[in-house]
Amino acid sequence: MDVPVLKQGPFLIATVQSALTDADLAQMRRLLIEQVGKFRSRGVIVDVTAVDVLDSYACRTLRDIAHMTGFRGAATVIVGIHPELAFTMVQLGLSLEGVATALDLEEGLAYLNARTRPTIARGNSPRNSAGPPRNGTHTRGKR
Amino acid sequence: MASAERIGIRSDRDILLARQRGRELGRSVGFVATDLTLIATAISELARNIVLYAREGVIELRVVTEDSHRGLVIVARDHGPGIVDVNRAMQDGYSTSGGLGLGLPGVKRLMDGFEIHSRAGRGTTVQIAKWLRT
Amino acid sequence: MVTRGTLQQPAVGATGTESAIALLRELVAHLRQNRTQLREEWARRITEAELLTAMTKEEIFAEATSVYDNYVEALETGTFEALQSYSRNLSERIIPRGVETHEVVGIVLLLRDVLARSLFAKYQGDFTKLNRILDAYEPAANRIANTVAVGFVQERERIIREQQEAIRELSTPVLQVRERLLILPIIGVIDPQRARQLTEQLLRGIRTNRAKVVVIDITGVAAMDAAVANHLVQTVDASRLLGATVIVTGLSPEIAQTLVTIGVDLGKMTTVGDLQGGIEEAERLLGYKVLPLVESPVEA
Ligand SMILES: Nc1ncnc2c1ncn2[C@@H]1O[C@H](COP(=O)(O)OP(=O)(O)OP(=O)(O)O)[C@@H](O)[C@H]1O
Ligand SMILES: [Mg+2]
Repeated sequence: MDVPVLKQGPFLIATVQSALTDADLAQMRRLLIEQVGKFRSRGVIVDVTAVDVLDSYACRTLRDIAHMTGFRGAATVIVGIHPELAFTMVQLGLSLEGVATALDLEEGLAYLNARTRPTIARGNSPRNSAGPPRNGTHTRGKR
Repeated sequence: MASAERIGIRSDRDILLARQRGRELGRSVGFVATDLTLIATAISELARNIVLYAREGVIELRVVTEDSHRGLVIVARDHGPGIVDVNRAMQDGYSTSGGLGLGLPGVKRLMDGFEIHSRAGRGTTVQIAKWLRT
Repeated sequence: MVTRGTLQQPAVGATGTESAIALLRELVAHLRQNRTQLREEWARRITEAELLTAMTKEEIFAEATSVYDNYVEALETGTFEALQSYSRNLSERIIPRGVETHEVVGIVLLLRDVLARSLFAKYQGDFTKLNRILDAYEPAANRIANTVAVGFVQERERIIREQQEAIRELSTPVLQVRERLLILPIIGVIDPQRARQLTEQLLRGIRTNRAKVVVIDITGVAAMDAAVANHLVQTVDASRLLGATVIVTGLSPEIAQTLVTIGVDLGKMTTVGDLQGGIEEAERLLGYKVLPLVESPVEA
C-alpha cells in the first residue's frame, strides 16, 4: 500500500493509511527523505489520523523521519494521534520524545507556519506562542 | 464468531492480520476502545518479534472465562533461536536488533497477565491476557 | 461460557439417543397443544409468588408468552442461541426496572415446575413413560434455566459496569475555562483504576475541545503512590502526543519526592505552584496577555 505524499507549498504532507506493513512504513520513510531533498521542503507533516496501532517499530520509523528530515533542514510534525493510541503508546514507553506533535492537520500546518516564518512576525499574532510542545518543557515557578 | 483462533505468522502482513483478528475477537468479548488498542498493539509487538527473530510461528487467540471474569488470552509461539537471557530481554531498552527494546517490557505493561518461556535453541512462548474491567 | 450444543446429550445413556429424541418430540407437541392454558397457569403462579412485582399483569403475560415460546423452541431444536439472545434482550429491558436475579431464576424454575406438573397429569397412568419423559425433560429444562439465569447475570454485570463508568466520569470534571484551555482538578484518593479513567477522559477532552494547554491541579491529592505518580507522567506524555502542553499545579513536596524517587525528571515537567499561577502560565502559552494591556490590540 502506498502512502500518498502531497506537496503543499514548502511543506510535504504524508497521509498514513490504517494498516501499514513494516515494508510500507520503510517505503514512506525513504520517500519522504528523498522528497525533502528534492523539493527543499521546509516542513513535513505525517498524518496518522487513520492509524489504529503505533507500535515500537512504527514509532521508530516516525522518529527516524523526524531526525533525518531535520538534518536536511525540514521540521517534521506528527498529527492526528488518537487518544487511545496516545494512551497505549506512553504505556509501552513510546512518547516520541524530541518529535513535534499536533492535534490535526490544521494545527500541524499552523505549527510549521509559525516555526518557519521569519521571526519579525512574532509579537503581533495573539496565538503564535503556543506551538506544539517539543520534548523540553521546563519547570517554572514557585515551589 | 469462534471463540478461539490461530494465525500463522511469517511476514509483516501476518502481523497486520493477527492484530486485526485480536481486535475483532476483543470487540466480541466487550472490550472498550482503549483496551482494543492495547490488545492490538501487544499482538503487533509479539508478532513482529516472531517475524524478526524466529522467522515463523503462530499467534493463538482465545476467549476465556475464569470465575466470572471474561477475557482474552493471547499466545505467541515459535521454534526459533530462543532468548538466552530472558531477564535482560525484559528490560526497557535491551535489543539485539537495534530496536527500541520496548516490545517485551512494554507488552507486559499493557496487559494484565504476562508469562514468557524461552529456551536457547528451542523457541519462545509468550502468553498474555487482558481481562474485562469490572 | 458459550452455551451451545444439543439437548440430546444429557439424555444419552439410560434411554439412548433415539428414543430421547422421540420423547422430546412428544413433549414438545404436548406443550404446543396446551400453550394457552400452561402460559396462563405460569403467569398466575408468578403473580402469586410475588415475583416481577415491578411489572404489570399484562407485561408479565406478554413476557411469559415469549419466554414460553422460546423455551419450547429450545426444547425442540436443542439450540440455545435464540433463547440466549432473547434472555439478554429481556434482561436489558427489565433490569432498569429493578428486577432482581432471584426473580428471574424464580420464574424459570416456576415454568419448569408448571410444565412438570402438567406432564404428571398427562402421564400419571403410565409410570414408566412418565419417568422416561421426565428423564428427557429434566436435563433440558435445567440447561434452559441455566441459560436464562446466566444471560441475566451477565447483562446485569454489564449494566453495572456501565453505570460505574458513568459515575466515575461525573466525579471528575474536565473543565474548559477558555478556548483551548482545559483544567483537570483532581480531588481525593486516586487508585490506578481511577487514574486510568482520568487520563482517558482528559485525552478525549483534549481532542473534542481542541485544547492546547491543560492545567492538572493536584492540590486536592493528599498522597500518591509510585504507580499513580507514574500514571501522572504518562498522562503528561500522552497529552503531548495529542499536541497539548500540560502544566501541573499544586504539587506537594511529598508528591514531588515520590516523582523523583520513581525517576521522573521534574525538569521535564512544567510545574507551577498553584492553580492561579498555572492558569496565568497557560494563558501566556496561548498568547493571551495576562497583565493589563499596555497597547491596544491591532486590528486586522
Ligand atoms: N520470539 C523471539 N525469539 C528470539 N528472541 C527474541 C524473541 N522476542 C524477543 N527476542 C529477543 O529479546 C529482545 C528484546 O525484545 P523486545 O521486543 O523487547 O525489543 P526489540 O524487538 O529488540 O525492539 P522493539 O520491540 O522495541 O522494536 C530482542 O532484541 C531479541 O533479542
Ligand atoms: Mg520487539
